[in-house]
Amino acid sequence: MYSVNYHRATSVADAAKKIKSGDAKYLSGGMTLIPAMKTRLAAPSDLVDLNHIADLKGIKVSGKSITIGAATTHFDVANDEKLKKVCPALSHLASHIGDPAVRHRGTIGGSVANNDPAADYPSALLALGATVVTNKRQIAADKFFKGLFETALKDDEIVTAVTFTAPAKSGYAKFPNPASRYAMTGVFVTKGKDGVRAAVTGAGDDGVFRSKEIEAALTKKFEASALEGVTVPSGSLMGDIHATPEYRANLVVVMAKRAVAAANA
Amino acid sequence: MSEVSLVVNGRKVSGAVEDRTLLVHFLREHLGLTGTHVGCDTSQCGACVVHVDGKATKSCTMLAIQASGSTVTTIEGLANGADLHPVQAAFKEHHGLQCGFCTPGMIMTATDMIRRHPEGLDETTVRAELEGNICRCTGYHNIVKAILAASKTMSKASKSKAKKAA
Repeated sequence: MYSVNYHRATSVADAAKKIKSGDAKYLSGGMTLIPAMKTRLAAPSDLVDLNHIADLKGIKVSGKSITIGAATTHFDVANDEKLKKVCPALSHLASHIGDPAVRHRGTIGGSVANNDPAADYPSALLALGATVVTNKRQIAADKFFKGLFETALKDDEIVTAVTFTAPAKSGYAKFPNPASRYAMTGVFVTKGKDGVRAAVTGAGDDGVFRSKEIEAALTKKFEASALEGVTVPSGSLMGDIHATPEYRANLVVVMAKRAVAAANA
Repeated sequence: MSEVSLVVNGRKVSGAVEDRTLLVHFLREHLGLTGTHVGCDTSQCGACVVHVDGKATKSCTMLAIQASGSTVTTIEGLANGADLHPVQAAFKEHHGLQCGFCTPGMIMTATDMIRRHPEGLDETTVRAELEGNICRCTGYHNIVKAILAASKTMSKASKSKAKKAA
C-alpha cells in the first residue's frame, strides 16, 4: 500500500470539509477500498473515515417506509428484526454478502457508492426503486448507477442513506462465484404498486441493469412458471473465465425463477 | 505517522504508526502478538481474524488507525491463564487442526459464531459461517466437529451459570 493520510470525520459536514485535502477518498467499511489500496489499484493521498459518524448508522422502519443509514453494516441489515418483517429479501441479500467478518464491517453506503458490477446491493436498490440520499440531494436508483464502478456521485458527495418503500413482494437469488463469492449473476425481483421490477447484477457488461424480458413475463404472472421458455439477450452480458455471456444469460432466467419463488414463499 | 491507542487483550497499548499500517501488522510487529496470522493478505482466508469491539474482523483488511479507540481481542487473549478457552479446548480434543496455520483465525471466528448463536449450532450453519476461513490442509471435518462441541459446552456452561444466578 502506498503511503496515505488518515482523517477521522466526526460529522457529515466535517467529512465534506476533510475530503478537500489532496486526492482524498471516503472510507466506509473498507472491505473493497483497503484491498484495492493494498494491491495499489487505488492510491488515494488521504482517507476520510465515515465510520464514526453516528448520524450515518441505523435502520428506521415506519410502516412500509424504510431508511437505512449509509454506514449501516451488512450484518445489521441482515439481522434487523423490523426490516426482516417488511422486506426480508433485503435482509437475505445482506446475509449472503462476503463472509461474517466482511459483513461486520462492510456498509450499504460503501457498496452503493463503489457500484461494483458484481455487488449485491445495486440490484436491490434498482428493483426496489430506492432513493440514494446524499449530503447534497436525493438521487433515484434509476439515475444513480452509471456503469462499471460509476455513479452519479460527485467526487466530494457523501451517500448518507438509502430510502425505499417496501414492496408487497420481493426476492433475491444469486449464483456466487465459487472463489470470490461475488454474484456471477444475481437477480432481485419486486412486485409493488408500480408493478414488477427485476434488476440483474454480476452479469451486465455495463453493471447493474433491469431486464425487460423478465419484467414483461412476470407482469403477466408473478410466478416462476411464467419464466419458462423466456430468454434474455446475451449481447451486453459479461464473459470471463468463469462464464460466457450465453451462460450468464441463462443464469439470469434461472436466478429470476428462484428469486420469484423466494418472493412468493 | 499517527498515534494509535487501543485496548488489546485487556491491556492499554499505544504506538506511533504509519497511517497505512494494517491492524494485523500492528498486532504482530509492534505488539509481538504473532498468534494472529497473515495467510492470503487478500481478505479471503481468515487466518488474521481478531475481534474488534467484540466482532470478528479480518485484521489484514483494516488499518491500525481505524481501530484506534477500539477494544481488540486476539487468540492470545482467549485463554484464562493456563486454562484453555472452551473453543481452544474443543479444537485440541477433536483434533481441529493439522498444520495449525489457520487455527487462530478459525478459533476467533468460531468464538464469534457461537456468541451470535446462543440457541446452538448445527453443521450446516457452522459450514456456512466458515465461509471466510480457509484451511489449506482441508481439515474442515474436525474443525466443524470442534465448533459444534464447543457450542454445546458453552451453552451448558451459560445455562448452569444462569441457574446459579437465579
